Amino acid sequence: MIDLIIPAIISCILAFSVVYFTTPPLIKILVKKNYTVKDMNKKQDVMVARPGGISIILAIIVSEIILYSFFQLNEIIAIIITTTAAFAIGYVDDRKVMGGWFKPVTLAVAALPIIFLGTYDSNLAFPLFGDVQIPLLYLGLIIFMIPITGNTINSIDVLNGVASGFMVIASFTLSICLFILGNYEIAIVSLPLGFVSLAFYKYHKIPSKIFPGDSGALAFGAMYGTIAIVGGVEIIAAIALLPAVINSFLFLSSVKRVVEHRQIKGKPVEHTDDFKLKATTDKKAPVTLVRLILAGGPLTEKQVGFVIFKLGIFSGMLAIITAFMMGVSL
Amino acid sequence: MKFGLYGFLFAMWSLIIIGGGMMVILLGPFSIQQYGDFHWIIASGIKVSVALILVVIWILILSKLKNYIFKKELKF
Repeated sequence: MIDLIIPAIISCILAFSVVYFTTPPLIKILVKKNYTVKDMNKKQDVMVARPGGISIILAIIVSEIILYSFFQLNEIIAIIITTTAAFAIGYVDDRKVMGGWFKPVTLAVAALPIIFLGTYDSNLAFPLFGDVQIPLLYLGLIIFMIPITGNTINSIDVLNGVASGFMVIASFTLSICLFILGNYEIAIVSLPLGFVSLAFYKYHKIPSKIFPGDSGALAFGAMYGTIAIVGGVEIIAAIALLPAVINSFLFLSSVKRVVEHRQIKGKPVEHTDDFKLKATTDKKAPVTLVRLILAGGPLTEKQVGFVIFKLGIFSGMLAIITAFMMGVSL
Repeated sequence: MKFGLYGFLFAMWSLIIIGGGMMVILLGPFSIQQYGDFHWIIASGIKVSVALILVVIWILILSKLKNYIFKKELKF
């Protein structure tokens, strides 16, 4: 057991520290280079540094390399390559405006190392009913899962601290579920994601000093998706991510096509005079999770964030219940 | 509204459990033997088709549920 505890502690401390200590200088560099964007939900013209994905990927790579020195698992290599590729894809999108096809297609390519390294099990496990062997279908699932998790996390990165805060809840839930299922090595490999998100949340929470950008959000999502595949907890991972999945589902079912947010004409949310967020009545605007939350009346950015976190905790509990149900067979 | 969202989350979770069960029951024991070396490709193709049909049904049910749970809010 001590063989597992020491690498876990070292990697978690490193994951947290790298983000904690590299983000402030990164903010200074980004501001100096004028790599900033306007915070749309602030009354004054507040410019925020972007992308914070650089410190996120650095921490993930460092902590996972340390874990590899202990475990020598191909799963860790798959996580490093896929997450780094997702970061690079997001970084290109942060720097240059790309078409709506760019991220889904390139993220599908980023998922290929998982297949080439053979770090998956084509048995898809369901609670209560057992496994189903789907060799060909599972390859498709891998190719689809990384773009879905990447874009799902990216799509909830709309308010200060929401993407990183939600990631803290979802990733620690996933780690807990992996421990419940007795998949200890992958559980330890997944822990740095939670600690990286936690450290980044310190700078991303309201009022944000830095935004993760597409590079940070896609790195978060891709690492989460890869852990789900290599850990064989795809269904549990999807359940823990349900509030973000709802957001994507509502968006797609109202827009009815894959499209970048900036290509949408209608505004789903506007501001009141005291700069609270308020749902619009614009019929052309997409339905989103934030818009639904605001349908009950205007709320501050912080209040909306906390509603999303509470939904994340609720779906996290459902995921943990599902993990326990995995051991039960009808 | 907030309870509506929790209800929708719970409905999605229930649909995942039920849909997963149907997938295991329908696809789990499914196999084809009479086509020599190609049997696994044919079996996988049929499994893919059934899984896609299940996903489409899942999305349709979810859309109906969404409209039912959020009928007041979705009059944007």
